[in-house]
Amino acid sequence: MTSIDESNKEKLRSVSVDLNNDASLLIDIPDALCERDKVKFTVHTKTTLSSFQKPEFSVPRQHEDFIWLHDTLVETEDYAGLIIPPAPPKPDFEGPREKMHKLGEGEATMTKEEYTKMKQELEAEYLAVFKKTVQVHEVFLQRLSSHPILSKDRNFQIFLEYDQDLSVRRKNAKEMFGGFFKNMVKSADEVLISGIKEVDDFFEQEKTFLLDYYSKIKDSTAKAEKMTRSHKNIADDYIHISATLNSLSAEDSTGNKKNLEKLSDLFEKLRKVEGRVASDQELKLTELLRYYMRDIQAAKDLLYRRARALADYENSNKALDKARLKSKDIPQAEEHQQHCLQKFDKLSESGKKELTSFKGRRVVAFRKNLIEMAELEIKHAKQDYTHNISGLFPLKPSCSFCLTIFDLLEFFFFFFLL
Amino acid sequence: MAASSDRNPPPFPAAEDPEPGLVDPADGDSDEGEDIFVSKTNPVSVSRGVSQPDRGAEDPPDLFSEEEEASSTTAKSNGVHSDDDSDLFAEAHMELNTDKPGSSAKKELSASSGPRSTSTSTQSPAAMQPTSLEQLEEEEAKDSFDVDVAITNPEKVGDGMNAYVAYKVSTRTSLTMFRSKTFSVRRRFSDFLGLYEKLSVKQSLHGCIIPLPPEKSVVGMTKVKVGMDDPSSVEFVERRRAALERYLQRVVCHPSLLQDADVREFLERDDLPRALNTQALSGAGFLKMINKASDAVNKMTIKMNESDTWFEDKFQEVEAEEQQLRKLHAVVDSLVNHRKDLCGNTAVFAKSMAMLGNSEDNTALSRALSQLAEVEDKMEQLHQEQAASDFFIFAELLSDYIRLLGAVRGCFDQRMRAWQRWQEAQSTLQKKREAEAKLLWANKPEKLQQAKEDITEWESRVTQYERDFDRIGMTVRKEVLRFEKEKAKDFKSQIMKYLEAMLQSQQRLIKFWEAFLPEAKAIA
Repeated sequence: MTSIDESNKEKLRSVSVDLNNDASLLIDIPDALCERDKVKFTVHTKTTLSSFQKPEFSVPRQHEDFIWLHDTLVETEDYAGLIIPPAPPKPDFEGPREKMHKLGEGEATMTKEEYTKMKQELEAEYLAVFKKTVQVHEVFLQRLSSHPILSKDRNFQIFLEYDQDLSVRRKNAKEMFGGFFKNMVKSADEVLISGIKEVDDFFEQEKTFLLDYYSKIKDSTAKAEKMTRSHKNIADDYIHISATLNSLSAEDSTGNKKNLEKLSDLFEKLRKVEGRVASDQELKLTELLRYYMRDIQAAKDLLYRRARALADYENSNKALDKARLKSKDIPQAEEHQQHCLQKFDKLSESGKKELTSFKGRRVVAFRKNLIEMAELEIKHAKQDYTHNISGLFPLKPSCSFCLTIFDLLEFFFFFFLL
Repeated sequence: MAASSDRNPPPFPAAEDPEPGLVDPADGDSDEGEDIFVSKTNPVSVSRGVSQPDRGAEDPPDLFSEEEEASSTTAKSNGVHSDDDSDLFAEAHMELNTDKPGSSAKKELSASSGPRSTSTSTQSPAAMQPTSLEQLEEEEAKDSFDVDVAITNPEKVGDGMNAYVAYKVSTRTSLTMFRSKTFSVRRRFSDFLGLYEKLSVKQSLHGCIIPLPPEKSVVGMTKVKVGMDDPSSVEFVERRRAALERYLQRVVCHPSLLQDADVREFLERDDLPRALNTQALSGAGFLKMINKASDAVNKMTIKMNESDTWFEDKFQEVEAEEQQLRKLHAVVDSLVNHRKDLCGNTAVFAKSMAMLGNSEDNTALSRALSQLAEVEDKMEQLHQEQAASDFFIFAELLSDYIRLLGAVRGCFDQRMRAWQRWQEAQSTLQKKREAEAKLLWANKPEKLQQAKEDITEWESRVTQYERDFDRIGMTVRKEVLRFEKEKAKDFKSQIMKYLEAMLQSQQRLIKFWEAFLPEAKAIA
């Protein structure tokens, strides 16, 4: 069982701010258990609402249950005008698992210490993936709970409360087909949305913006991932360098011994720093981009739904005209047309609200994460790198009056490292 | 050995006495030290090169007494000892004291009275065995910075497949054995190889660790010949230039090699005859390969009867170290590649982020994202510089020493061959004696004379070879100690350079992110 403490969660939760503030419904995932490929989340709810049977309760849930909840919400007609929070991605331990496998194969070529360090590093990576997936599932639930309309959804309540196993299993087969059709419909939607004539300026702008922004942010996410991976590779290299330098200095009996020892220690310290730089970048930058990529997709889905409603409305108009021409079934056609118009209007109104608040949310989240990332980069460079390297010789101070003294000291440290 | 091209040798003022007690980086190892304390260090180091006949006339007994004193005080500062920062100033003081008498010893070696002092220094070990090692160590601690070489201006000469790159070799020296104080010549890569070939077969240099030139590279050179101006051939030429410079610097720092006429000719002579036997497909090339093979076989068949375990222990140490260095080099190579990847990925990410910033409709956020893209661009540059530093400072240091350790092993092999020759001569002598005895018994006086002459000849050969063997043993010992000293110094200075570069890049990183922070905070 892996438990995640509050401070860590606070750090992880920065992709979406202002969640879980409403005391009437507080949700969190305090525990999660990982067995093989399956992660079992413990969803814990604290509520003052009377619609629930108990004020506090916990249920075990699997990833598939979250997907079921998301899909049900998407398919609910009433929520067509809302941005449904994106479904959490499937827990993916493939990366660290592969690396662990490779490490096992290469065990013979490295020293015991090196192997232990690499293993530790991998375990930390595994843990990071684990923490991330918990966070992402938690944020999904918290966005639902903080949404005025979605938090009252019946299925959501079932999800939180129902203490039996949600029979999602038989949905799997249906899901597969459902998913396939969904994708086909989506691509048809993309054609539709680009072809439809927009009457409202706001939505016209949003459409252009979101389509463009989505492709750019998708690209950025992929590139950020690659960048983070390179950082991790470098941190791993430092481990090997430190270990080899250690072996070298152990066998050295000349004046070089001390140099090698110190360098080995330095690289050991540096690899921890590089690792932290990589993981911070991952959390603040890559994760931020990834999350908002999915969120923008959800916003786009809203636009699709509205576009479909508009198409329906236009079709109903055509049908009404045809009925009037034929003087047949006019009241039904009129009713149908009214119905479509109402639906479309409702969608437009709530859609506008949702998209505006989405904008604000996004800007706030970006601001928070970018500030934190910059601060962390500075902190790592100042405290960790500089501190460690200048432990070997003093830092050149920026103030000029002590320049000479420090320079002298530095020269002596240079020579007398031995 | 700090083989940097921007190292300034001390200028050439009138001799002055250094103030005693002045804390002086008498090791003379750092550029900065020499620049700042220039007036103080000069007389000490420069006077080495000047042939001051009055000082040269100083008697050898003085030499030894000074050296004795020097060795006892510096014995502590050489070799492995506990590194206590509080000892800094104590050590500095000591080195200053010993520098003066020691410099006269060094000066003796390089001045015109060279042969005499070398013979005395080689005879002395027999006389004072216990202190000789310390003495040798002490001698090696005095560096000669009288010759400084730099290799610059690689230029392509000619066209097509006959093209080659010519480098400008500039020498700055205060030694009088050279015609002038500064001069330069143009040399091509095969000239360097030729120099190495000439040095490696010299009998007088047997046992010495002769530095190795960089390896031939058909692929690299072909690209340059064909005239491609891409970054990889630029990097290749730069890598080769730096490697040649380090090679030449090591050659001139070696006291015996500096004396060599071929080395001087290489540095001075304007037109050097082309070294044709360095071509891979020449007759000389094939001969070399065959010799190498036969040597390998010899090594395997004859096991040396080692009287001195020092050699065996050292040899094993060298082999183990070479292996570890190879491993380290492989890892550092991987680091260089990963950092280059990081460069590429960062650049690509920066572009992507710039595009994202353009699409963003919130103006403050858009500006912040564009700024982020710029920061990442600067980071890419930092990563590139760091990768270059990783490679040119760290990786090349390792590959140089891997090859140098190979050369060290070669010296041990030479010693073994000398031993073999001696043993073979002894067995031949034995056979001749037996032949004489047979003749005596068979009573053939005419052949007896011949046999006696043979015996005398072989007796002298045996003595000669035994002396050679001892001499080589001595040389190898001295060389190995000198090499270890140089290696420690080299590693230290290169590591310092590497860490300084790393530190500087981190400082710049801090500045970049600190400039970005207000932009991020300005998002509304």
